[in-house]
Amino acid sequence: MVIDLSSSPLTEDQQQHLNSILSGLNTDQVFWLSGYLAGRCAAGIPGAQVIAAPVVSVAAQTGPELTILFGSQTGNAEGIAEQMAARAAEKGLLAKIVDMADYKPKQLKNEQFVAIVTSTQGEGDPPDNAMDFYEFLHGKKASPIKQLRYSVLGLGDSSYEHFCKTGKDFDQALAGLGASALAARADCDVDYDDLAQEWIERVLEAVALEGGVSQSATQTATAAVPQASAYHRKNPFRATILTNQVLNGRGSDKEVRHIELSLEDSGFQYKPGDSVGIYAENNPVLVAELLETLGFTEGQQVTEDGQSIPLFDALTHHREITLLTPPLMKQWAELVGSDELRALADDSTELRAWMTGRDLLDLVRQWPVPELTPQVLVNTLRKLPPRLYSISSSQASVDDEVHITVAAVRYHSHDRDREGVVSTWLADRLPEGAEVSVYIDSNKNFVLPENDAQPIIMIGPGTGVAPFRAFLQEREERDASGPNWLIFGAQHFRTDFLYQTEWLKWRRDGLLTRLDVAFSRDQETKRYVQHCLRERAAEVWAWLEKGASLYVCGDADKMAPDVNEALLDIVSEQGKMTRDKAEDYLRQLNRDKRYQRDVY
Amino acid sequence: MTEKLPEAELIKQQSNYLRGTILEGLADRATGALSEDDTKLTKFHGTYQQDDRDLRDERRRQKLEPIYQFMVRLRLPGGVLTSEQWLGLDRIADECANSTLRLTTRQTFQFHGVFKEKMQEFMQKVAALGLDTRGACGDVNRNVISNVNPHRSHLHNEIHELSLAISDRLRWRSAAYAEIWLGDECVQKLGEEEEPFYGHKYLPRKFKIALAVPPENDCDVFANDIGLIAIVEDSQILGFNVVVGGGMGLTYGDPATYPRLATMAGYVPKEQIVDACQAICAIQRDFGVRTNRAHARFKYTIDDHGMDWFREKFAEYHGHEFERPRSFSLTSNGDRFGWVEGDDGNQHLTLLIPTGRVADTDRGQTRTALRKIAEIHKGSFRITCNQNLIIANVPPEQKAAIDAIVEEYKLDAGNRSTPVRQHSMACVAFPTCGLAMAESERFLPEFVDQIERTMEDEGLEPDAINIRVTGCPNGCARPYLGEIALTGKAIGRYNLYLGADFSGQRMNRLYRENIDVDTILAELRPLFRAYHETRKSGEYFGDFLVRTGIVEQERTPAMMHQPLK
Ligand code: SRM
Ligand SMILES: Cc1cc2nc3c(=O)[nH]c(=O)nc-3n(C[C@H](O)[C@H](O)[C@H](O)COP(=O)(O)OP(=O)(O)OC[C@H]3O[C@@H](n4cnc5c(N)ncnc54)[C@H](O)[C@@H]3O)c2cc1C
Ligand SMILES: Cc1cc2nc3c(=O)[nH]c(=O)nc-3n(C[C@H](O)[C@H](O)[C@H](O)COP(=O)(O)O)c2cc1C
Ligand code: SF4
Repeated sequence: MVIDLSSSPLTEDQQQHLNSILSGLNTDQVFWLSGYLAGRCAAGIPGAQVIAAPVVSVAAQTGPELTILFGSQTGNAEGIAEQMAARAAEKGLLAKIVDMADYKPKQLKNEQFVAIVTSTQGEGDPPDNAMDFYEFLHGKKASPIKQLRYSVLGLGDSSYEHFCKTGKDFDQALAGLGASALAARADCDVDYDDLAQEWIERVLEAVALEGGVSQSATQTATAAVPQASAYHRKNPFRATILTNQVLNGRGSDKEVRHIELSLEDSGFQYKPGDSVGIYAENNPVLVAELLETLGFTEGQQVTEDGQSIPLFDALTHHREITLLTPPLMKQWAELVGSDELRALADDSTELRAWMTGRDLLDLVRQWPVPELTPQVLVNTLRKLPPRLYSISSSQASVDDEVHITVAAVRYHSHDRDREGVVSTWLADRLPEGAEVSVYIDSNKNFVLPENDAQPIIMIGPGTGVAPFRAFLQEREERDASGPNWLIFGAQHFRTDFLYQTEWLKWRRDGLLTRLDVAFSRDQETKRYVQHCLRERAAEVWAWLEKGASLYVCGDADKMAPDVNEALLDIVSEQGKMTRDKAEDYLRQLNRDKRYQRDVY
Repeated sequence: MTEKLPEAELIKQQSNYLRGTILEGLADRATGALSEDDTKLTKFHGTYQQDDRDLRDERRRQKLEPIYQFMVRLRLPGGVLTSEQWLGLDRIADECANSTLRLTTRQTFQFHGVFKEKMQEFMQKVAALGLDTRGACGDVNRNVISNVNPHRSHLHNEIHELSLAISDRLRWRSAAYAEIWLGDECVQKLGEEEEPFYGHKYLPRKFKIALAVPPENDCDVFANDIGLIAIVEDSQILGFNVVVGGGMGLTYGDPATYPRLATMAGYVPKEQIVDACQAICAIQRDFGVRTNRAHARFKYTIDDHGMDWFREKFAEYHGHEFERPRSFSLTSNGDRFGWVEGDDGNQHLTLLIPTGRVADTDRGQTRTALRKIAEIHKGSFRITCNQNLIIANVPPEQKAAIDAIVEEYKLDAGNRSTPVRQHSMACVAFPTCGLAMAESERFLPEFVDQIERTMEDEGLEPDAINIRVTGCPNGCARPYLGEIALTGKAIGRYNLYLGADFSGQRMNRLYRENIDVDTILAELRPLFRAYHETRKSGEYFGDFLVRTGIVEQERTPAMMHQPLK
């Protein structure tokens, strides 16, 4: 890319330098650079003016502003919103980013351009910070907004039943209120980057065409202040495994590992509550089995991201072969040309039932594709997504290390033993000394209170306890005076009490004010964290009234809803209020960032 | 008091009569342990906090606390119990412990691997059998042991009655036991009245009493704080020679600590014996050293003040003086295996239970076998002080049925192992004992194998040699009364002691220090050869070593610390 900087105060060779640099950059790098410079000039550092200058020179013009709303749980949607803002700045368009939680829905009446980037959580639910906005749009209060031109980008995961549901719902709701689309909605799967970029370009083009002109890019700049590190999701860092230690005692049914990675020279900055993204590698044995079944050979070349690589590598490093998704099933049905499979692919409940516990090998065995070519196969498979792991260390205490806590996923279904890709790769094939590609996935929605004196209640059964180890390390480093209460749960006290000795030490030292545990299989009747909560209802309420923040981490399917249920009961019973009031109470906690969840 | 008291003493005195915070500790679900202070108090309740030492390091790496668990010891004076009680304890071993029963050198049971959350259930089940664990450990009078005496039944009954009476007289009384374990309401504190005899200080240290009926010394009467040697005339017990100040333990490198055989104090008529024991115990309560636990046992009180002082104090506390000791003779401190007929015509079977461990393993189904016996046996069981077991009072017509089970499960009635093995004994040590420095229970079988081979090489019959192994110098298997004894120094290394007699009346001495098993055998080999060549007929190995001057006759504390070689 070459920019005409004739109107700039740059000298000839400054321009040449800049251009020669710019021409060597790919899109990500440009986004980064633009955000970076914008960030610097926002921070008032001279020298960043070079880019800002020409922008200022067109300040005479005015025009409608683009509002970018994001609904995001773990930060992906937010990240894209930031990229969009940076890109808008680059195009000289006036745009601002707003967290949906901070957005007054009534404002919609005065907006001209709105771009919505949202993920979907739970079972097709909006992310926490999108709840209110979502309910407003679907509620009575919403009034027509004919003037509004909008577009939606949905982030999702096609292996979930309600793929990108929240994005789709926003799209419908806005259309329902008379708003009209600037550009067609895009639904992104876990490998969202390319589609997201393409959507950003389409939307910004449309905005530009319809007269959205910039006054100053600086508003977006602060939002776009980049990570200090040169490494990120698209350019992961090769981290060495320093420790890979099983945490379960003999005879446990579980295999949870404490893994310490070296971040030396990565420049990564992370905070408690963030996650590490790890790029996956499929089990070579499974890949080989697949190739054999398909009659392919390892060496056959296929094109990945414009490069020609061996099929084996493509299936090992680039494509998902363990999880089946509806889109894949539909494409496969066409390739096979079987009506039976088409019928199955169209019946979502039947399909889900069939896909559960099956993988690509099952599919190709049951539904072979005549004359399938390696390239077609590769193209039909979705990109192998990185897996996220809650960080279980505080950088303040382990500086250039990062710790994670990984449960090996192993199960038997349809008479085959199955393995989770990354968790068993870490467990079985990554000894200390080996390297993995990682990035930091920062999470603005799971953070310690600024106020060190604030009490916190941490509910984290199983690997859900990971971030709380980081929390306590951090609070210990900061000499935070706030009371800390941990509620942990697992199957068996003697074998599954993750990090037991550390919690006990912190309790002795007085850092951990309360420690409650629930071990489900140590007695006749099952006992879970929510039972602890209910037994301690009075204390929980007392802590909340003292301003405590609630953190819930771990299983999204059963635990988080059950805990929420328990909290509702506790609030209504202890606070003597109706269930509706209790729900409002919790929602308000959520708005005040005093009820934060990181569930998966 | 000028000198300051050691922590253990303070914790005890400030424990509100052994309550401490044990109840709170039991309720804490986040750890399998009790607070360190409370673990000192639970001893009085008969239980020790331990952990599986085999797993310690592995667990540390897993960031898990050690497998905390409790060893529980019963109070069982004279070691006598019924078949119902046996069956009950056998069930408890599965329901609450690690599925083994351990017969101890003081005639009772130990359970291992009882988890904290099982403790109250355990204690209640034991209580339901009419048994308790009160004072099985701790700074009080311990389990009173007595001669098992199979062949003179009426004497045994009387001796057993006396052990019960003494044990009951010196039992601690605080309601803490019922409150903590049996779920009783917390009674309003009676203050000193809670412990009329002991008071809030209890004893400076553990205190042990044994009763022997000559010629048997199976209870090692001289290794106890009070030893009572029955004086019998025309098969009637008249009274007892009282010996005082016995004890085994020593601490390596501290010559001020030493094992000591009890000293003859004098004779006391039978009617006075329970009072006499209480008087002696009271003397130790009032004069025993409390400022230094390593010097707190009665044996040191005696040596500090001398026997004359003691006899005076006794007269003062008891109201009567000691009479002159009567003559007696002891011949063996071992057990005699197989069937004997009591003078009431009943049959008694003494079985060898290797290292006292009653368990089902691939090596044998001892536990099942004894359960089967208990299911048909109408008489009683008696645990011997050598960790063995007597099936007592078997009516003649029952004999065959019991023999059948013994046969089926290949239990050892003295017919399946050599005399040298029958006279070997080891303490528990690893993996449960927190003080173990070397293996003991798990090591004894192979050690005896090696001894047997070495004896054979040197042309010796595997005749009775009294062998005792312990994992540390504390002396739980009374090693200093073994003709050959090992005390653990480190994994695979032991001190070798030689030269005790065969009847528990002369101690051995340190022969070589801190050597491995090969060196031990290399040391023994020439001695066995000499024993084989120049032994007098019927002469025991220890006596041979002394007669030939290889080991001196007399003993001094220094000899227990200074190796001969
Ligand atoms: C089970 C038993 C050994 C056996 O294999 O049978 C035993 C086992 C232990 N003894 Fe003992 N002693 C046992 C008889 C003895 C004897 C022999 C005797 O009493 O006839 C002695 C030597 C006599 C004496 O007391 O002097 C003995 C002297 C000790 C000592 C050293 C006492 C001393 O004053 O020197 C200790 C350590 C201590 O008390 O500080 C000790 C401590 C222990 C402990 C509780 C270790 C501890 O304090 O943490 C051992 C538990 C190990 C385990 O895992 O079970 N045990 N202990 C015996 C149980 C007797 C009973 O039922 O009450
Ligand atoms: C924000 C966040 C934080 C996370 N933190 C952690 C953490 O701290 N520790 C941790 O261990 N994990 C954590 N996870 C989960 C983690 O990212 C991975 O999802 C998990 O490790 C599984 O990945 P995998 O590649 O091993 O398994 P995959 O190859 O992804 O396989 C998992 C899939 O297998 C299928 N499956 C699993 N079990 C069965 C069964 N019994 N029957 C049928 N199908 C089954 C399911 O479809 C499941 O989605 C987190 C996830 C998120 C989103
Ligand atoms: C607990 C959980 C539940 C999810 N449920 C859905 C879902 O129902 N439908 C879907 O399309 N994606 C679902 N996803 C995938 C996320 O939408 C996807 O990871 C997205 O990139 C997250 O973006 P964010 O970081 O902005 O929240 C789920 C993810 C998690 C962790
Ligand atoms: S002698 Fe030592 S090792 Fe053996 S049981 Fe006694 S204290 Fe433990």
